[in-house]
Amino acid sequence: MSEAAARQLEDFLQRVPYVRFLGMHAELAGDEMTAVLPFSQHLVGNVMLPALHGGVIGAFLEVTALAQLSVTQGSAKVHKTIDVTIEYLRPGRALTTYARADLRKVGRRIANVHVEAWQEAREQPIAALRGHFLLASD
Amino acid sequence: MSLDPDALSQLGHHMATTVPQAAALGFRFLSAGDGRGSIEAPWREDLVGDPDTGVIAGGVVTSLLDHTCGLAISAALRAHPFSTATLDLRIDYMRPAAPRAGVTAEAHCYKLTRSIAFVRAQAWDVDPDDPIATAQAAFVLNQPPAP
Repeated sequence: MSEAAARQLEDFLQRVPYVRFLGMHAELAGDEMTAVLPFSQHLVGNVMLPALHGGVIGAFLEVTALAQLSVTQGSAKVHKTIDVTIEYLRPGRALTTYARADLRKVGRRIANVHVEAWQEAREQPIAALRGHFLLASD
Repeated sequence: MSLDPDALSQLGHHMATTVPQAAALGFRFLSAGDGRGSIEAPWREDLVGDPDTGVIAGGVVTSLLDHTCGLAISAALRAHPFSTATLDLRIDYMRPAAPRAGVTAEAHCYKLTRSIAFVRAQAWDVDPDDPIATAQAAFVLNQPPAP
């Protein structure tokens, strides 16, 4: 399971050009994945603070959900986002950001996923996402 | 400071091209006025989200919608806020964009209070009446400190 999961995750991260644009990667412990987004200048939305662009934080949360689904669903295809609600809790500072996805319900066709992102302390999340995803099948 | 239409266009152009994330995505300013703003994100190979289809990534649409909402707020304020911070952003994806197609977004800031802006936005690839995504967002306004 764990080797197959690692392969599926690596495949997802390598195959999606936008993942490389963001510069994110992920670490796997069993089937639990932590996504990592190192700080980079091209992700900045406010140069004065400086702070990560709100869109970047939302995108990172969404890709984290898709990556976690790729680990557990075992399909090489990219699942489709139906809707996302992103809550911004703290500014995304010029630091590495982490995220973890919680698959609340994976049905036959639809998955409900919650994702939380943090920087220095997991108990102080910078943003959260709730979303629905249409599952791809091979 | 109250911006005339020319100054607002200049500000819009500045917002769409000098913010690092906007520049990295190649945003192009289209229009700003009457609480509305519009920005285009051209398709690019390195921004693809689904390698099987060549469709642009949802994350690009997220950044575009968020950024266009910020532009609409400036158009509604007729001034440059010191900064805006997104409180929440909800995006519904109606359908994937066409393969190898860029995306255009238009946002409307339909209500401003002293501290909060409420914005709706939509994004499309070809036809504004056939959107790929719609968004609803709230932003907190940080006004510049009094001189």
